[in-house]
Amino acid sequence: MKWFEFGPIAWARDFLNTHPKAEKFLDVIGLPAEAVVKKTIFGCQSCGQCLLHENGMTCPMRCPKNSRNGPCGGVRANGHCEVYPERWCVWYRAYYRSQTMPLLPGEWRKDMFRVHPAVNWELINTSSLLNELTGRAHGVSPQKPDEKKLAAEKKPAAGDAAKK
Amino acid sequence: METIEPRSNLHKLFQAGVFVVTSEVGPPKSGDAAVIHKKAKLLKDASDAANITDNQTAIVRMSSIAAASMTVQDGFEPVIQVTCRDRNRIAIQSDLLGAYALGVRNVLCLTGDHMRWGNHPQARKVYDLDSINLISIVRGMDAGKFQNGEEIKPAPKFFVGGVENPFAPPYEFRPFRLKKKAEAGAQFIQTQMIFNVDRFKEFMKQVVDLGLHEKMYILAGVGPLKSPGMARYMRDSVAGMEVSPEWVTRMEKTPKEKWKDEGINVCVEIIQRMREIPGIAGVHIMSIEWEEAVPTIVERAGLLPRPKADQLSAPQPAPAGAVAG
Repeated sequence: MKWFEFGPIAWARDFLNTHPKAEKFLDVIGLPAEAVVKKTIFGCQSCGQCLLHENGMTCPMRCPKNSRNGPCGGVRANGHCEVYPERWCVWYRAYYRSQTMPLLPGEWRKDMFRVHPAVNWELINTSSLLNELTGRAHGVSPQKPDEKKLAAEKKPAAGDAAKK
Repeated sequence: METIEPRSNLHKLFQAGVFVVTSEVGPPKSGDAAVIHKKAKLLKDASDAANITDNQTAIVRMSSIAAASMTVQDGFEPVIQVTCRDRNRIAIQSDLLGAYALGVRNVLCLTGDHMRWGNHPQARKVYDLDSINLISIVRGMDAGKFQNGEEIKPAPKFFVGGVENPFAPPYEFRPFRLKKKAEAGAQFIQTQMIFNVDRFKEFMKQVVDLGLHEKMYILAGVGPLKSPGMARYMRDSVAGMEVSPEWVTRMEKTPKEKWKDEGINVCVEIIQRMREIPGIAGVHIMSIEWEEAVPTIVERAGLLPRPKADQLSAPQPAPAGAVAG
């Protein structure tokens, strides 16, 4: 089970998906709060689809090539960036941090090794926590509530359990 | 290796188990078509296909697709390089449809060199996609779908490749990044120029352990050295390149008039060592603005004459040195 399928979080997601006003309110408050914290600590670029936790708390959007799938071929022998020789390669750090940071769950360490889809630029400058919660970061349409899920909830049939 | 209908002549050669040789054509910094025809004529009999570079090192050159359509006219198979630096997903997909219509069948997907060290450092970067996203988009088009899921009819069937550099840190992660490319659907891989055979052997051992050589055809990147200065420059100043001291000292010991000859010999020796490594399906010769060297290298490496794809019938047993797969 992914963390965003956890009971109260799933409940919050369904609530937000069915109450657009509440979501808008959270967006007004949540985005600046999230931006301030993440910009100061991690140099967040507000892509709206956060990968920090999957990359050892290193933001891949700070890579000059916006690579979300690992380091390019130009990493210098000392682990610095090809484009800005004075900076660390974000992916060099991300790899070692994600494999050695003590508090990261094992599931997040494995995320380094999966193929990430292309950036959805529709979500830029939106709150990624909210996107994670509403499922937009995973391709759920932002306007409409997730109808399949609502229908499944109305009749909690055996088929639902069988799927899992 | 999955047996699918060959997408191109290059693909046919791989499927027949031939030890493939590809080369590189750099388009000119002008609109001069004669340069392309000249280079194509030079490389046609010495290699099976040539990469057409896409504004390599972020220096403005003739479009790779335009140059590729010219080599198609010459009867020489192009592999177009597509970088994510200058175009977003709309432009890339549209260009790929155009390239297919012009007879291009091989695509090499790259992230692209950053423009900071190119000749237009003021330009805005795009990097809408990265190379792995690009590979999955081209494979999606092969299956008849645009990136947004809309249908393409008929689907452009490309032979899709990617690149990997085993000589850049984090070294432990490199084979896994190659695995990501395999998962995204890459069908062949070209590597960075190899001047450190030991590191490459180590890398290939991990790749073979992961079983990636059975999913993709891996071409080892090689290239001739022009002078000891070039060897030292590549060792010290080019990011993501490693040159063993063995080659640098060998070039330094050579008298000046024999530099080029010795550089070719070094390249041939590396090719011979590559043929012994399990999992290597061919070599990719990167002769940076020195195309004249390629026929000599291929001849000295004993890889001439090159087989023609239309003369191959059923898959043949792999020739000595090549790896079955």
